[in-house]
Amino acid sequence: MGPQHPSTHGVLRVKLKLDGERVISSECIIGYLHRGVEKIAENRTYQQFAPYVDRMDYVAAVSSGLGYCEAVEKLLVVEAPPRARVIRTILTELQRIASHLLWLGTHALDIGALTPLFYCFREREEILKIFEKYCGARLTTHAFRIGGLQYEAYDTFEKDVERFCKDFESRIVEYEDLLTQNRIWIGRTKGVGILTAADAIAFGVTGPVLRASGVKWDIRKAAAYAAYDQYKFEIPVGTTGDTYDRYLVRNAAIASDLPPSHRKYSRRTNHGESRKGTEAATGRGLSCDRSAQGRNRLLRCERRHRHAVSRAHPAAFLHQFASVRPHGARTPGC
Amino acid sequence: MADEPKEPKPPQVPTGEKPASSTPAVSTPPAKPADASAPAAPPKPAAPVPPKPPVVLQTPLDNELVKRFRATLGAALFEAIEDRKQAILTVERARLVEIARYLRDEEKFDMLSDLTAVDWPKREKRFDVVLDLYSFAKNERLRLKVHAADAEEVPSVVSVWPAANWQEREVFDMFGIVFFGHPELKRILLPDEWQGYPLRKDYDILQQDTAWVRENLGIESGQ
Repeated sequence: MGPQHPSTHGVLRVKLKLDGERVISSECIIGYLHRGVEKIAENRTYQQFAPYVDRMDYVAAVSSGLGYCEAVEKLLVVEAPPRARVIRTILTELQRIASHLLWLGTHALDIGALTPLFYCFREREEILKIFEKYCGARLTTHAFRIGGLQYEAYDTFEKDVERFCKDFESRIVEYEDLLTQNRIWIGRTKGVGILTAADAIAFGVTGPVLRASGVKWDIRKAAAYAAYDQYKFEIPVGTTGDTYDRYLVRNAAIASDLPPSHRKYSRRTNHGESRKGTEAATGRGLSCDRSAQGRNRLLRCERRHRHAVSRAHPAAFLHQFASVRPHGARTPGC
Repeated sequence: MADEPKEPKPPQVPTGEKPASSTPAVSTPPAKPADASAPAAPPKPAAPVPPKPPVVLQTPLDNELVKRFRATLGAALFEAIEDRKQAILTVERARLVEIARYLRDEEKFDMLSDLTAVDWPKREKRFDVVLDLYSFAKNERLRLKVHAADAEEVPSVVSVWPAANWQEREVFDMFGIVFFGHPELKRILLPDEWQGYPLRKDYDILQQDTAWVRENLGIESGQ
């Protein structure tokens, strides 16, 4: 089986041993897309190498960029400024949604459903537009720098993210309407490719696949990076670990990914209201109205960030975090 | 824009651990007078910031886990340190499987999140084989290291963590380190007929290219 043309998704060759139509054993042959990035890295400085990580998963470049920057920052014992961490989190969550959308669209396409692809790409396009406005690139963004960000968020960043989040809540329902109860979809995914929790752990599986197998674990909570420690969100888990569960878990994840940016960056007016509530007593800001949002997952932000976003304009804070600009490595506590 | 303003105060990082990048990226502001860790205060240009105490990156580690490890497998532990909050145990190569099984069963490090290697060409035992373990129960990470010389084999931990299968193949592929006890040790990313082991430090980045050009085009590549 395979290998496919290099431009198709997933270049993999599987040697199969068959008995009639039954697969008795298989051997995977990989490496068709191996580009030797480690060797390239050996010959580059840390900053020079940063754009290369975008190419590792070119449909989730922001995420790999974050991982790389955080790793180098850890080596240097520096930390990005709080505002940079928040913007990183927002962009990364948007990227996560974009990445999930690409998966959902193409997965449905492979099964024969054409419509979800158009829906998913419609929303993904909105995210890519935000990236493009932020840094000029859509796929290989190179949005972050070691120690901070390349750019301050642009003027209408908040508005764009808010608009996207608002629209997207109804869009998720559309996908679910198309697929979740769809007979063909269920027939092709339920009970297929079951991975037990024990196997998943033994084989070092993480992320939504692990969660679909019923392990309630999310790196964003277990070892919170960027600004994730300031958000509350749920960890959706599956029960059987089949493809259908992985679909449900990812879909729920898209929904729960949604609000951080939403809450965080916008809804200033709600700050005032929520402070009247119990949250104010604990000294924490609640940045959204729970009842108004059926899908609210990420709700709370620390006071200092409420402070940060409640200013008239994000740029008002620039002077504090001047090092958000490139090369702006800051030591902890600044 | 991504121009290069001069670097702000460099944090005192370098230890012997990392290979210092030989060339600074682009322009550097006036030559730094002293090594970052020098305690004296040489006349720094425009530096009103008081010098920070040097950052200690590596400290000896002696927590409960290490104590228990010593009690059970004492002789096999060469060194236990903590580096930037990461616990690192350097252990005896020959007893790796036993140690791995102990850590998985007794200390609940049930996931092998990474297995890789590092080449230190000047060292007598040039390779570090590095295992990153994770415990779901404790939400803890642990790094295991074993040293291996060029021709020395490393025990395979596939029997302990199945995840090691492809990882060890990759290390074999890239570094030429042989894992004995591995069910099917062969190249994984590169073609079987590939010459050499690319992630060894003495493998030149242009080597493959020039060889290919010579072989297939019959000329010198001139790179």
